[in-house]
Amino acid sequence: MRAFKLWEPRRWERLRWERHPAASFPSGAVTGKELAAGRRSHQARSHLGWCGPMAALALALSFAGHALAQDVLIRNATVHTADIRGTLDNTDVLVRDGRISAVGSGLSAPAGARVVEANGRPLTPALFGGITEIGVEEVSGEAATVDSAVSLRETQPMRPEFDVTLAYNPESTLVPVARVEGLGFTLLGATTGGSFIAGQGGVVRLDGGADTIGPRALFLRLGSGGIELSGKSRAAQWMLLDQMVSEARGRVPVDSPHALLTTAGRATLARYLAGEGRIVVAVERAADIRQLLRWAGREGVRIAIAGGSEAWKLAPQLAAAKVPVFVDALGNLPADFDRLGATLENASRLHAAGVAVSFAQSGDASHNARKIRQLAGNAVANGLPWEAGLAGLTLVPAQVLGVDKELGSIAVGKRADLVLWSGDPLDVIHVAEQLWMDGTSIPMRSRQTELRDRYLRQAGALPRAYTP
Amino acid sequence: MPFISSGTRLVLLAALGLASTHALAVTPNPRFTQDPYPGTYRAIASGPVLIEHATVLTGAGERLDDADVLLQDGRIAAVGRALQAPADALRVDGRGKWVTPGLIDVHSHLGVYPSPGMSAHSDGNEATAPVTANVWAEHSVWPQDPGFHAALAGGVTSMQILPGSANLVGGRGVTLKNVSATTYQAMKFPGAPWGLKMACGENPKRVYGGKGGPATRMANVAGYRAAFIDAAEYIRKNTVKPTPKRKRWFSRPSGGDATDSSGDSGGKRDLKLDTLAAAINGDILVHIHCYRADEMATMLDLAREFGFKVAAFHHGAEAYKLADRLAAESVCGALWADWWGFKMEAFDGIQENILLVDRPANGCAIVHSDSSEGIQRLNQEAAKVMASGRRIGMPVAPERAIRWVTSNAAKSLGIDKVTGTLEVGKMADVVLWNQDPFSVYAHAEQVYVDGARVYDRNDATRQPESDFMLGQGDAKEGAL
Repeated sequence: MRAFKLWEPRRWERLRWERHPAASFPSGAVTGKELAAGRRSHQARSHLGWCGPMAALALALSFAGHALAQDVLIRNATVHTADIRGTLDNTDVLVRDGRISAVGSGLSAPAGARVVEANGRPLTPALFGGITEIGVEEVSGEAATVDSAVSLRETQPMRPEFDVTLAYNPESTLVPVARVEGLGFTLLGATTGGSFIAGQGGVVRLDGGADTIGPRALFLRLGSGGIELSGKSRAAQWMLLDQMVSEARGRVPVDSPHALLTTAGRATLARYLAGEGRIVVAVERAADIRQLLRWAGREGVRIAIAGGSEAWKLAPQLAAAKVPVFVDALGNLPADFDRLGATLENASRLHAAGVAVSFAQSGDASHNARKIRQLAGNAVANGLPWEAGLAGLTLVPAQVLGVDKELGSIAVGKRADLVLWSGDPLDVIHVAEQLWMDGTSIPMRSRQTELRDRYLRQAGALPRAYTP
Repeated sequence: MPFISSGTRLVLLAALGLASTHALAVTPNPRFTQDPYPGTYRAIASGPVLIEHATVLTGAGERLDDADVLLQDGRIAAVGRALQAPADALRVDGRGKWVTPGLIDVHSHLGVYPSPGMSAHSDGNEATAPVTANVWAEHSVWPQDPGFHAALAGGVTSMQILPGSANLVGGRGVTLKNVSATTYQAMKFPGAPWGLKMACGENPKRVYGGKGGPATRMANVAGYRAAFIDAAEYIRKNTVKPTPKRKRWFSRPSGGDATDSSGDSGGKRDLKLDTLAAAINGDILVHIHCYRADEMATMLDLAREFGFKVAAFHHGAEAYKLADRLAAESVCGALWADWWGFKMEAFDGIQENILLVDRPANGCAIVHSDSSEGIQRLNQEAAKVMASGRRIGMPVAPERAIRWVTSNAAKSLGIDKVTGTLEVGKMADVVLWNQDPFSVYAHAEQVYVDGARVYDRNDATRQPESDFMLGQGDAKEGAL
């Protein structure tokens, strides 16, 4: 069970928060018997040939079959490059061998290439889906399908070496549900279970592939959200962190009876202390962010902030320290005493001060990852420049996560992970019309569109179960 | 769209308005719906307001371009082109802007699960017994919840505050006007019936599975039935029986309540059964948290068994599978635009749910929030549904979509005769948007409740702030 999602509301909000079911499952709540029953029903479903996962599997295999992507010429698009070239009107994008090979006007299609007329519609890089548990949780309320947290409280709770990407299931129904909305990559996040050090995650592209790209990220939760996991004081978070750093730097004997970390944990933390990969810190209160900046400066680690409700209060310091922030751009309520300063202008104030801004959701960031576009749009409605809103869904997270050589903008040489939109990609009134991953046109289908189409039809003589 | 002269349209609207002016038609049985905590809401006095040259969505299915809306004495006084207004009317330039009825959220926990969400503020689930029809959500409402003001900035003028979904029967919900007040009584929507919150499926069995049950869906249903059997019996005992005819001229009457002046021969008053009895009588409207189509069908059978009506199913991730039946039985679906998968009973959620519930002729689709974030953006939630519709060749016009957050919501709360549309005579609960509201960029610029401008995005003196937010350092504005 996960004690906290990254930005989970308080546990006593359970049942009201229909969409935050993890809060509703205290560890003792699910008995062994219930778990066994759950497994049985799962097996029964498999025997009955329940088609969801099978369909997803078939879909994944069809991608795997595309060793060579078809060449594509997308003509006359409004190309939002997401980098310094900004928006290019009436522009063509040529895709060869899965990569963007040319961006310009009047490009000619090579033999055999498919031509897509955009008619001025917006073309963007495939979007960042946020910090999610896509593929590491299927049904949030069912512990047997949730792998995002480790909770070894009785033995050795501090496990930075925990790597959630090992549980990633590219055939999860959440993958197609997310990508048909134009989401092309996500940061799989470890969530806190037995410790405020959640463990590691990494970036996956939502193309049905099994592997991560780029470096790992280490997840950490500070402030009131981690108090129950740090001896009931946020001050102890720094005490414990400092001790772990000492261990990782070899200043504590491996056989010390007070050691918090395993040997593997020491090695893992040492890599981040050496500057490999980001430490993504979920933290909200300005006072805690100030301490974090001091700590990160002292230890020389590269951090990013996730949540950061009050980050705007330290915008100049964050900009100077080059600390990016994944903003929950819909969070404007004083949800707790760490977030009294929450405001819809957080993103715009940070950006104005020179902080790199991306987005991350509270709530069900995984099943409803597609909502991240709404975050960017609302940030723009509250003062963030539109181009910065798009960059926050594309180039900024790619840079922050160390995958910008591969994706995050429409530039020659990058992977052709592209989306054609019905209109403004930051406005909820528009939708993704076509997604390409590595230049391969992705079927815009998911388990949800299958359900939709089954019930869109008028009822026939046979029950709907007989419809394809 | 064929041009209809403003005069014709105005007459039409006025006629509709006249038919539905004034007090609610609800005539509660005072025995079960006495209110010892009566509402004290008074509209804020304000002069007439004329919003001119705006795009108007009436909430009754119409769109009027370049139209005016006149608010006077707290009511919608006129809607149409080139309206005459009193000399003292405040004129608001609506060019390029849109006007809609005030938005209504049928599923909110503002006040009962307020911000900040501290343990001391956890007042929404009386999770101590599976049937707590005796509790009233209003007794948990903290009027200082900053979420009320945030919702107001999103154009919400009325909402139903419900107990949570831990229990089979969670208690009474209350409909409030979204006005700043020290007491909840001063927010109570005048004349609105109470709601009864019930819950299907996973939540009750999860909460009580280890606490004596229900632990299964079958026990959930047994629990509802036991409660309503008690309520039916309570109604019988509390019904004043006619005095039987004397068999002989000299015999004494017996068996009736003639000698019982107060008519309460049924014995001690029972708060739990008061609420359930009023639900059976139709004086309290039944709102059921229910995700799966099969469970909704079971609840409709339950309603028939005990003679009550379901006003709306809430959350209803699978409502689309039962859309025709919901429409046929005049049951609303109060739904999300896109939440799914957080538990098994939400696994079949689709983005077109609201669209498919709206599709049948008598369909009653509602966009609800169940969230202090979502309630601020009901217009954006509706826009998502419109986008999903367009994607599959089922476009929905703004004048239709606005009903999901106004008139349909009002209908399910039993307040549609007095709010939910811009028909003449109704409460002047009105939102002026800076643009087409079905966009992520739309802002509610001005919000009127009973004709008073209670929110103005461009006027700091018309932006209410909770007591709680005062003196919280540089919480909102300060620099460093």
